[in-house]
Amino acid sequence: MIRIEGLTKRFGGTAVLNAIDLEIAKGERVVVIGPSGTGKSTLLRCINFLDRPDAGRITVGDISVDATRASRADILALRRATAFVFQNYGLFAHRTAQENIMEALITVQKRPRAEAEAQARRILKEIGLADKADSYPASLSGGQQQRVGIGRAMAIGAQLMLFDEPTSALDPEWVGEVLDLMRSVAAQGQTMLIVTHEMRFAREIADRVIFMEGGRIVEQGPPAQIFDAPQDPRLQRFLARVSA
Amino acid sequence: MLGLVPVILGYVPLTLAMASAAMVLALVLAVALAVERVFRVPILDQLVLLFISFFRGTPLLVQLFLFYYGLPQVLSFLTAIDGVTAAIMGLTLHFAAYMAETIRAAIIGVDRSQWEAAQSIGMTQGQMMRRVILPQAARVAAPTLVNYFIDMIKGTSLAFTLGVTEMMGAAQKEAAGSFLYFEAFLVVAVIYWIMVEGLSQAQKALEIRLNKAYAR
Ligand SMILES: Nc1ncnc2c1ncn2[C@@H]1O[C@H](COP(=O)(O)OP(=O)(O)OP(=O)(O)O)[C@@H](O)[C@H]1O
Ligand SMILES: [Mg+2]
Repeated sequence: MIRIEGLTKRFGGTAVLNAIDLEIAKGERVVVIGPSGTGKSTLLRCINFLDRPDAGRITVGDISVDATRASRADILALRRATAFVFQNYGLFAHRTAQENIMEALITVQKRPRAEAEAQARRILKEIGLADKADSYPASLSGGQQQRVGIGRAMAIGAQLMLFDEPTSALDPEWVGEVLDLMRSVAAQGQTMLIVTHEMRFAREIADRVIFMEGGRIVEQGPPAQIFDAPQDPRLQRFLARVSA
Repeated sequence: MLGLVPVILGYVPLTLAMASAAMVLALVLAVALAVERVFRVPILDQLVLLFISFFRGTPLLVQLFLFYYGLPQVLSFLTAIDGVTAAIMGLTLHFAAYMAETIRAAIIGVDRSQWEAAQSIGMTQGQMMRRVILPQAARVAAPTLVNYFIDMIKGTSLAFTLGVTEMMGAAQKEAAGSFLYFEAFLVVAVIYWIMVEGLSQAQKALEIRLNKAYAR
């Protein structure tokens, strides 16, 4: 189980995250929506300590980290229990697709190379890129790169997978294949926290939708409730704007 | 005159050995200095800045004389050092200062997404530098570093001033015996020229290889 308590982040005095509380059950798919600049990315980045939170506690399974006194070891443990899928893929540019997927297994998890290779090949097949194992990121399409990005996250075996607008940088033609892959990851019971502007996809994949504004969770609930019967006027305005 | 060629050519291995040894040592030192400059360890950072400033701010010849002829007067244990060792050390320190700046710029130039991806999969800082950042920085820095190696090869001729018989020393001796000064130094010049041209070709091949991953 994942628990976030009082997560707070300030950038130069302004609070971007205001004491966020959030619990995510094992296997649950939570989608975060909200206007630009409300702290959705910051929430994900703080969970992964890419941005260091100013206060709060993050618990992922057995690992529980208090932001105010997180040691280097705490941060590594938390990062190793979570995986991050970036908007702009963030693939290691000097490594092939297969090497990207293997990297965490070899360097971080210290698994034997043969085992890591076998697992990378399994994942390449799953993400539909078995024939691109030896291709470098620069020679892959955006959709293919993001699939490798998701494959790299899958390899880690993380308890929580974080997606920060995984399709926003893609040409429209590649969005479908990435969403399909996310569906198949979800079908495997992976716990996922997803920031996306794809409202139809959100409605379809989410067990729960969270609406954020101004660094706060304003409203949350099952997709039917959030999209069909929004309560808060800010959420109503937001939905009117994105569906227009 | 042609008799001079094999004599002077015989000293090419010494030149290459001095330059190669200095290059390897300078690379190791420069990477350490560059990484320090990126992470800015308190106190150490000031020392590194001072080191880089001094070795970039004074001529190589002055540094060599200072260390070979000057320093042993103050630090007596240095008297045991021979000219070849002193030249290698001088070249190492001098070029490490320049190369550190090149490598630092290359490290800083590695896209932020690469640092964050490395962190997100749980790499330690050391793993991130070794596996992700330095390999990518190397690609950017390599052509400039080869230029420094070329400068180093030419710089080995200064070992002559420390009493080392290298190509210049050999030419000087040959010329003194035969009075063929023009011929002797011309041979030296041409040999240097050929070595540097060879390296320039290798540099081009290296660039193509390093950019392989980035070709569309
Ligand atoms: N490194 C930073 N330094 C200063 N301010 C930052 C930094 N990162 C984010 N911010 C600010 O924090 C606020 C929240 O940013 P964040 O990226 O989390 O928003 P978001 O909800 O993901 O928006 P979007 O939908 O546009 O991606 C914004 O006002 C942004 O300008
Ligand atoms: Mg964002």
